[in-house]
Amino acid sequence: MENINKDYMQIEGWGVDADPENDPTYPMKHRTNEEHKGYHWERSEQQPALVEILHSNERPNLSAVFGTSAPPKGLSGMIRRYAFRYSEGSFAHWIPLIMADRVNVIEGIIDDLKRGRFPNIWAEKGLKARWKYDKKKIFQNIGAGTLLISGVAGFLFWKINTIKA
Amino acid sequence: MRAMNYRGPQRVRIEDKPMPEILHPEDAIVRVTRSCICGSDLHLYNGNVPDTRVGMTFGHEFIGVVEEIGSEVHKLKVGDNVLVPFNIACGKCAFCKQGLYGNCHESNPEATAVGGIFGYSHTAGGYNGGQAEYVRVPYANFGPTVIPEGMDPDDAVLLTDVVPTGYQAAEMGGIQKGDTVVVFGAGPVGIMAARCAWLFGAARVIIIDHIEYRLEFAKNYAKCEAYNFKSMNDPVVFIKKETDWLGADVVIDAVGAEAEGSAMQSITGRKMLLQAGSATALHWAINSVKKGGIVSIVGVYGPTSNLVPIGNVVNKGLTIRANQASVKRLLPKLIEHVKNGTLKPKGLITHRIPLEAIADAYRIFSDKLDNCIKPVLIPSTAKY
Repeated sequence: MENINKDYMQIEGWGVDADPENDPTYPMKHRTNEEHKGYHWERSEQQPALVEILHSNERPNLSAVFGTSAPPKGLSGMIRRYAFRYSEGSFAHWIPLIMADRVNVIEGIIDDLKRGRFPNIWAEKGLKARWKYDKKKIFQNIGAGTLLISGVAGFLFWKINTIKA
Repeated sequence: MRAMNYRGPQRVRIEDKPMPEILHPEDAIVRVTRSCICGSDLHLYNGNVPDTRVGMTFGHEFIGVVEEIGSEVHKLKVGDNVLVPFNIACGKCAFCKQGLYGNCHESNPEATAVGGIFGYSHTAGGYNGGQAEYVRVPYANFGPTVIPEGMDPDDAVLLTDVVPTGYQAAEMGGIQKGDTVVVFGAGPVGIMAARCAWLFGAARVIIIDHIEYRLEFAKNYAKCEAYNFKSMNDPVVFIKKETDWLGADVVIDAVGAEAEGSAMQSITGRKMLLQAGSATALHWAINSVKKGGIVSIVGVYGPTSNLVPIGNVVNKGLTIRANQASVKRLLPKLIEHVKNGTLKPKGLITHRIPLEAIADAYRIFSDKLDNCIKPVLIPSTAKY
């Protein structure tokens, strides 16, 4: 077999970490077998849950620390609470969560409008950058969108005329 | 403070958010001086990670200055320059004690399959991330590492994820001297994995992608062979041919859920979300590795399931190794590699973008515009 990079041994650092013992049977973890004793290690102080935190039903408690970035609320929050009745191995957990994410996007737009803010979709999608570096793609998308809308409108127009006739 | 705010798939903006607070005695507040967009952030950006809530701030690759510490933080002081591993680890649970710092059991209540990660959905703990001027950093006695004197901040920020993930991809491959290593994906992690494969003694390193400018970059940066799968009929047959019809000793999947190259995988995995992303690269990896070979996975997939040829894994006797990088475990070695010049991470950075232009930064990185390899965000509060 031809070796294309014949000078590979000259590459800076070549082989410096070669470890004949690092074969697939060599565990990377430093085995302590502590987990055999069960869930009883010395935990850090429990962070107080000042907002609603959902937790996996595959653990008995909240982890000692957690994030509080976006507590569940509204319709999406109800869907998320439902999802957390099911384990991480279940589609009944993940599919509602994805649904909740989509509902949450609409809630986000409503929240913006309530605060008197109309979302600037052009800016949020970073289309200024695409305009700067790839105008062709924008025109392609506009063209494809126009074609699609024209096709649907044409079909509906034809259908209405057919029904009237 | 100014922070990135997720509004929905492919919609992000910068806006004023409340300053983070100490919520636990072992917390610190860090003023961010550099933050990156990671390839895995694109899974969030595209709305492919379940429980990604509107209003979150992304960003798990960042460095900064300690501004405030909790009452139980003894190993850091205000004013320290720190690099913060992307995974949040307590250092005390059974898994942390085994060096599995990417699998901490005390940092994520919402899922047991993944430890806490900054700015990576509620599936990874619900933490706000570092694409902001300030960020809350839990377990400050354990995770954050003081940046060695003289280290370039652009090198330091890449030690929070890209370098350790690329290095661990090669390490998990169990590469032996003389091995042929194939890396799928010429993004920053794939390029770093190819570079690190040499450190373990590979004799041949091949990187496969479909973006020409990235392949060109990878060839120069990682000194490897680079091929475009769009110019091949079948990447698996190509690799077999290139390896005397046996397959590579080690294959690394550094692509994950956004893979292109198979219409069926793309439609079911990326468009319809019937799978946890498109598993094209993993499919190719399993099929192009030698019998008895090793597949190392660092590409990120969602939590549900994927269509992969598991029968071939059995029939070929493959070993599959995968994990989130254990950043804290690898840092001492990698800091040395950077200090002595063996690894030069900042060479991956192609774009320095103000945090204020976050939406444009995501678009540039996501659409691979302007030959972007790695964008770094710089908040206005960064003083260097």
